[in-house]
Amino acid sequence: MRYVLRRLGLFLVTLWAALTVNFIIPRVMPGNEAQAIIANFHGVNPAALHALEIEFGVNVHQDVIVSYFQYLANCFTGQFGLTAQRLPVLTDIVSKLPWTLGLVGVTTVLAFLAGTFVGIVSAWRRGGRLDGVLPPLLFIVSTFPVFFVGLLLIYVFAVTLNWLPLESNYSIGATPSLSPQFIGDVLAHAVLPGASLVIVTAGLWIYSMRNNMITTLAEDYVKMGRAKGLPSWRIMVDYAARNAILPNLTGFAMQLGYVLGGSILVEYVFSYPGLGYLFYTSTTDHDLPLMQALFLFYTLAVLICVLLADFATAALDPRTREA
Amino acid sequence: MAIQSISAEPAVVVAAVAPRRGSSLGRFAQAVLRNRKATAGLVILLVLAFAAAFPGLIAHDDPNAAIYDQDLGPSAQHLLGTTQLGQDVFAQLIYGTRLTLIITVVVSAIATLISMVVGVTSAYVGGFTDRTLSLITDVFLILPTLPLLIVLASYLPPGSFTMIVVLTLTSWAFQARQLRSQALSLRARDFLVAARLRGERVSYIILVEIVPTMTSLLVASFLGLAVFVVGFAAGLQFLGLGNSTELTWGTMLYYAQEGGALEAGNAWWALAPGAAVALMGAGFALVNYAFDEIGNPALRPVRRRRRVPAAA
Repeated sequence: MRYVLRRLGLFLVTLWAALTVNFIIPRVMPGNEAQAIIANFHGVNPAALHALEIEFGVNVHQDVIVSYFQYLANCFTGQFGLTAQRLPVLTDIVSKLPWTLGLVGVTTVLAFLAGTFVGIVSAWRRGGRLDGVLPPLLFIVSTFPVFFVGLLLIYVFAVTLNWLPLESNYSIGATPSLSPQFIGDVLAHAVLPGASLVIVTAGLWIYSMRNNMITTLAEDYVKMGRAKGLPSWRIMVDYAARNAILPNLTGFAMQLGYVLGGSILVEYVFSYPGLGYLFYTSTTDHDLPLMQALFLFYTLAVLICVLLADFATAALDPRTREA
Repeated sequence: MAIQSISAEPAVVVAAVAPRRGSSLGRFAQAVLRNRKATAGLVILLVLAFAAAFPGLIAHDDPNAAIYDQDLGPSAQHLLGTTQLGQDVFAQLIYGTRLTLIITVVVSAIATLISMVVGVTSAYVGGFTDRTLSLITDVFLILPTLPLLIVLASYLPPGSFTMIVVLTLTSWAFQARQLRSQALSLRARDFLVAARLRGERVSYIILVEIVPTMTSLLVASFLGLAVFVVGFAAGLQFLGLGNSTELTWGTMLYYAQEGGALEAGNAWWALAPGAAVALMGAGFALVNYAFDEIGNPALRPVRRRRRVPAAA
């Protein structure tokens, strides 16, 4: 219990740090961009405008400390101001969210499951055919920049072979519905961006799972299991893998930040209109309110996953429950 | 040592002649040379370093001159074709190596230094300092790197200096945590107790007593960081957050993406710099992977262990 509480403390401190970074950066960085952006909004939506003025420290004739707390309050009530297109930031984010959530969620789970499985098996049959090929190959591939893998996939499967669509989330002119055609269209558009993310992340899971497994397999309790004559799949899964997976669970959450970063690049490569592409356009449009809200959003997403991973660790590892 | 000197190779002689501290480095170098992955990685990095140092010896065109026909395919004249503006892609690739490599090496070196100072201080001093530094490390670990990089880079004037600052700021945390746990395991060793009893200052103990024992770990940190920095720097520049007048692989990718290189059938313009980034990352990763195997004998390929007694 104390373990979970301590992690909850880290959660709050990190969230606070992200909020504070957002508050401080516009105040200490050179340039008057914030001023120009806010000038753009005059006469639009007084409440949202005021929230932005507080966030960026423009036209605010009050103590910085007071502004700071007002800004924190605004963030907690979801008032992030307006995008350059004069839409509420939150509305814009929520409308793009499902695409990224689908893409990142599915690929992360797939890569984790596949990578962990291959890691377990290749450590179990160490020096075997699988172990000799997949871990080193995918480890090298995992160091490739995700956008390079994306470009390569586009070149091969979209431009050269013309099997799959080049960009976007569904075909131009298709009307969103639950019809099989439309769902098929969406899936076809998601294959290449998803594959880029899986290819780049699976290797890291294999690598860490394999190394954890090798360490665990040398433990006495594994020998004990063998001596007791347990079936080997039970030793592999219940004795070795259950312990070896613990560091990976913590890594899972850390990894998510990496995957989310990767998804920004992938969405840019494929012009896939999710949060990552929104992030990219917010930098080219100098849409600072949107950009900072997205940074907060990504941080929050990672934090929630860190917390979930902590709960999972506590459930799997009795030692953390007692400590 | 005795087993190693049986196989009389030149490297062993060097190791034996070198002074005491050097000998562990010599053995290290020897181990690297014996490892196939490490050798492959080193060759890649040496080739890239050569291109960075003497680009004019490899490419004969001016990388910035837009003087050729546009969007040409690969030919003997233009090995990788030309850009949408009529620049030679191969020359850009070779000349772009320098800044790409410099940014990677500088960021990895500074970040390793920061992580060393933070990690070792945290472990050695302990108490409140440790809790504070560990908390800061954890926060930086969790903050999503690329989004934070994008926010920072958007506010700062674009250029290599900005690139170095923001990448350093966002990349030190992971290694700091690793170095902290390594330093923690050293804390109770006799030589540190002796130094404390002699009344040495904390800064002396950290820099002169602890840090030299972690040389191999620092090298591994540097390599591990380099793998990520190559990719992140290129990613930022690819998104247009670098200085578009500086020639790096990332800015090449940016122009290729903006120019719709793949759709226009000019695939090499986009794929070549991407492959170069991947190659540099793989070079660092291969050496690092091998370091892992050298540092942790349990991870070495099993095959090898069987071969050793047969050869002896």
